[in-house]
Amino acid sequence: MAGVTRTPTNLTQGGKTKAGIGESTLRPDGTLKVTGEFAYSSDMWHEDMLWGQTLRSTVAHAEIKSIDISEAVAMPGVYAVLTYDDLPSEVKNYGLEIQDTPVLAHKKVRHHGEPVALVAADHPETARRAAAKIKIDYVELPLITDEASAVAPDAVLVHENRDDHHIGHVPHPNIVHRQPIIRGDADAAARRADVIVKGEYTFGMQDQAFLGPESGLAVPAEDGGVDLYVATQWLHSDLKQIAPVLGLPEEKVRMTLSGVGGAFGGREDISMQIHACLLALRTGKPVKIVYNRFESFFGHVHRHPAKLYYEHGATKDGKLTHMKCKIVLDGGAYASASPAVVGNASSLSVGPYVIDDVDIEAIALYTNNPPCGAMRGFGAVQACFAYEAQMDKLADKLGLDRVEFRQLNAMEQGTIMPTGQPVDSPAPVAELLRRVKAMPLPPERQWESSEGADVRQLPGGLSNTTHGEGVVRGIGYAVGIKNVGFSEGFDDYSTAKVRMEVINGEPVATVHTAMAEVGQGGVTVHAQIARTELGVQQVTIHPADTQVGSAGSTSASRQTYVTGGAVKNSCEAVREKVLEIGRRKFGSYHPAWATAELLLEDGKVITDGGEVLANIVDVLEDEAVELELEWRHRPTEAFDLHTGQGNGHVQYSFAAHRAVVEVDTELGLVKVIELAVAQDVGKALNPLSVVGQIQGGTTQGLGVAVMEEIIVDPKTAKVRNPSFTDYLIPTILDTPTIPVDVLELADEHAPYGLRGIGEAPTLSSTPAVLAAIRNATGLELNKTPVRPEHLTGTQ
Amino acid sequence: MDFLRPASWEEALAAKAEHPTAVPIAGGTDVMVEINFDHRRPEYLLDLNRIGELSEWEVGEKTVRLGASVPYTKIMENLRTELPGLALASHTVASPQIRNRGGVGGNLGTASPAGDAHPALLASGCEVEAESVRGRRMIPIDEFYVGVKRNALAPDELIRSVHLPKADGPQQFSKVGTRNAMVIAVCAFGIALHPETRTVRTGIGSAAPTPVRAREAEDFLAAALEEGGFWESGNPIPPSVAKQFAQLASGACNPIDDVRGSAKYRRHAVGIMARRTLGWTWESYRGNERSAQCA
Amino acid sequence: MRVTFTVNGRQQEADDVWEGESLLYVLRERMGLPGSKNACEQGECGSCTVRLDGVPVCSCLVAAGQVEGRDVVTVEGLADYAKQRAEHGGCASGACGSSGTSIDAAKQWQAKPGESTELSPIQQAFIDAGAVQCGFCTPGLLVAADELLERNDSPSDADIREALSGNLCRCTGYEKILDAVRLAAARGENQTAGQGA
Repeated sequence: MAGVTRTPTNLTQGGKTKAGIGESTLRPDGTLKVTGEFAYSSDMWHEDMLWGQTLRSTVAHAEIKSIDISEAVAMPGVYAVLTYDDLPSEVKNYGLEIQDTPVLAHKKVRHHGEPVALVAADHPETARRAAAKIKIDYVELPLITDEASAVAPDAVLVHENRDDHHIGHVPHPNIVHRQPIIRGDADAAARRADVIVKGEYTFGMQDQAFLGPESGLAVPAEDGGVDLYVATQWLHSDLKQIAPVLGLPEEKVRMTLSGVGGAFGGREDISMQIHACLLALRTGKPVKIVYNRFESFFGHVHRHPAKLYYEHGATKDGKLTHMKCKIVLDGGAYASASPAVVGNASSLSVGPYVIDDVDIEAIALYTNNPPCGAMRGFGAVQACFAYEAQMDKLADKLGLDRVEFRQLNAMEQGTIMPTGQPVDSPAPVAELLRRVKAMPLPPERQWESSEGADVRQLPGGLSNTTHGEGVVRGIGYAVGIKNVGFSEGFDDYSTAKVRMEVINGEPVATVHTAMAEVGQGGVTVHAQIARTELGVQQVTIHPADTQVGSAGSTSASRQTYVTGGAVKNSCEAVREKVLEIGRRKFGSYHPAWATAELLLEDGKVITDGGEVLANIVDVLEDEAVELELEWRHRPTEAFDLHTGQGNGHVQYSFAAHRAVVEVDTELGLVKVIELAVAQDVGKALNPLSVVGQIQGGTTQGLGVAVMEEIIVDPKTAKVRNPSFTDYLIPTILDTPTIPVDVLELADEHAPYGLRGIGEAPTLSSTPAVLAAIRNATGLELNKTPVRPEHLTGTQ
Repeated sequence: MDFLRPASWEEALAAKAEHPTAVPIAGGTDVMVEINFDHRRPEYLLDLNRIGELSEWEVGEKTVRLGASVPYTKIMENLRTELPGLALASHTVASPQIRNRGGVGGNLGTASPAGDAHPALLASGCEVEAESVRGRRMIPIDEFYVGVKRNALAPDELIRSVHLPKADGPQQFSKVGTRNAMVIAVCAFGIALHPETRTVRTGIGSAAPTPVRAREAEDFLAAALEEGGFWESGNPIPPSVAKQFAQLASGACNPIDDVRGSAKYRRHAVGIMARRTLGWTWESYRGNERSAQCA
Repeated sequence: MRVTFTVNGRQQEADDVWEGESLLYVLRERMGLPGSKNACEQGECGSCTVRLDGVPVCSCLVAAGQVEGRDVVTVEGLADYAKQRAEHGGCASGACGSSGTSIDAAKQWQAKPGESTELSPIQQAFIDAGAVQCGFCTPGLLVAADELLERNDSPSDADIREALSGNLCRCTGYEKILDAVRLAAARGENQTAGQGA
């Protein structure tokens, strides 16, 4: 686009590295990112651009009696003020699965912070002042805030007239989706149990808290369409939701992925995309929207808070007999990813254990709380917190070692999931526990030094609350299971366009996908795959956009598997084409062209015996080979709506944690001393990035264990802490050393044997920390995050 | 909004007299947050950065005259001996970047009960040097905090400096936050032993509408130390005395429940911090006494 | 109002600045220097950290008008800053060089990928150690870590943690960031800076 600066550019890496998969090559975007030149979505800039501002509801549930925009429109510098009435198309809602979310509120708001009006102005301050002048007359409605109020006989419906595909099987219209799983006979099995443990657990609302707030630039085009530069996790999913609302065909909405400042699930849903386009199309000018941190807390969905009710039984010799559970997820005002989160929570509610007789139910509610959807771990996180607490209680009741008890019941390859699906690749659950337990423990009382206590090593840190008084150490273990890829029969595919040609006398590969690089390092891995498959050094990664087919979402630990698989597949096809050209040109010179298995390596065509047949440069000359192909993993099935049976998942991912904490038991302050992890990754395509993912995921689990929670006032359904002052995420002083033991047991069904890795470490980290705190304090602690009040009995 | 940039203290006073609603901005660590989050749109911003003397300090014979804008980092680095309590408190302020900009004048101007400097200032028994075109006055710290985020300044006054007595005994400061760095106080406690006057002063943060002293606890402890001859003997303080001191400190709190913590927790934590900081200061006093006797 | 100050060694001017604008906004939106990041705008994340007269500060909390006549170094100028420090025995003010980007050039700033870019030791270490994931926190961390190594060329882990405790990262769990600072220190390329500080 002419006039737009700081747009995403090609990432080229080559000349210096041959490194393919399995090596820790460095990020191709690393230099741009350390010099401040990487073009994030908030950095987009256009000469005559306007600033967009969203006016959001100040109440959680209300009828809108009237909206008066007259004063705002009249302000100098204001170019447009839009409300629901200005929407240009018949389609006025969007949503990932259920299109229940209004682009702008119509007659009603269903949660605190819902977008009601938009302003475009020549300066952000002008836009803010104009938004403040819009007058909205609300008449408040009764609030639905929890399960009891949602399913009460006289409950107000959050959505009247539902016509989505879940309404037929849910027990109440305020329930988005319900997934039971029944296998065996849990009641009969319960009678065989020597011990039974029941527990009720509460998981708080966690925020993704990615550092780069929602932002982007929409530029109106001469053809009546719009070019949108934005940070997202799935361009094509956005596109499918944006175009109908704008009343444009998809090809007139051209999206380019701009730099993404973290995602973690929070960018699966639309935020400012449609708003910026609406303002740009209305004003005929480029419009930039950048949320500040306050707005970001309202601009994306959060992790579902949950209530989990569990019952487990076991025999005296430590074998699990049965499990019954009910998981209630609060989906908030709009569906977002709630149905899929329900599927995950139910199908993974048993954890990585063998239990033949189960009775499981998971539901997601519609309430007037903030909408909740995808976040790293996606339903499996909440379940893991609960079932791991149960495992400790069972082991204690049986007088068994907590780790040995888990190992005794650990699933393995061949285990049948509660959904009836066999686990058909390695499931080294017992081994991961063994490894994490075998790591050396950090020394005791590390705060002691010759100059007295080093408070930085103590709970409270620099706040100087203890010099060792009241400090008790605790150790806890946990293990978890996460699915990889989109499940339940979803057509989960990716597309890769790969081009090979000679530039400046060198063979060069270009990889073009729509994969959202959100920090995970997909661009690094794509270049590695191209080098491995095509024998080139120089690989160019084209910016992700909608000019190529969908890559699916950067979610569900799936991108290296699925888009990596697509890149591998396209590279293989390109290689075949190159070899065909070679056979045509040189086949008559050497019989091996016809008979041998041929590879591309080091810029040459070689036989599998290593004999060089030709230079790629001579094969291609001026010809370029380019292919765009879709690639799919094995298909999955939907879960039966009554029994939950079905081969719903593609692959599973496992991690185990050991947490060592020190708790100031008098003040209730916690310092996590170490979080050791063992994880099976199948095949580490880039070991450095793999370890980085594991450490990052572990830290997000730590955060929700001891500090992170969006606090919603139950009386008003308003968010009380939408800022980084009061929504706390771990600093470097809260984060311990995180030793990582990486196991590589290949999954024969996956490209290179790899296993999706991003989410598993977020699961077991939280329950391990909780277990360690329980170990230090002797308290039951059934809620996360743990606050000082819980440890000191001062709620 | 107008941006006023006085080049000297006199110009600043004149500007404040002319525009009493002008909001002084020095480190910006409070004011800019309010502006960025659209919580505040002052008519005038009065920039104090160009007045060099506000970032200077003088160590006198009895007192330290601390310019209102001396960054917390400088206090930590340079005034640890003279003002140990304030230096410890300074080290708990937010982050290195914030400590490089923020100063005590800002804490006093904002007068939030959560300001980290307040407990140390209360415990030290300092005076705030306030000035306007009408003249200069010294406001005792005990009279400075008059309500929730309200202080004793007149609309035309600016804070020029704080006059703090140099420590004549050990001082301590503790703050509870739910994170190990960069955290606003859930509650905080400061204590200063004043062996010269045989008194003890305290300060409590974030546990009442304003920063407060635990006066009953101070009086009780001073009496107990005096009666038991502890100042002379340097004997360990009996646990019963420490316990009573902690209970009285808790009792001085008048906290609220909010997103950062419960009222009950705040009372509890202030008691724990009072007991611990008393222990640390007294151990330090005893250590000093012993080494003085040996010398 | 008009604001004039030095950025990365070059005098810059911005007109029609609204009085409530922060230094961060002026850098990003008026001077074509978007490297400093806008993650929280409340001093809680450190992503916008710059050197103001040599001192690391959150540029989101500095009012634009307060920077008049002063000296700012951003991540875009960090490589030059470190180079000059190494060459001239540690000019910590940033005012000792005349390099930098003109406002026109800066406004047209296009990402220039490639391997020829010269990096400061801490920038290189962040890449090599895998300390960059999404990279949004990286500019602020680099400015803070560079300043730490300028003061202390062999920091302990506790020193590193304390110096970087004002910079939030959501991706890495900080381990690789610690590795990067250790690596930069170990490479000893900050010796000169240490002497000059």
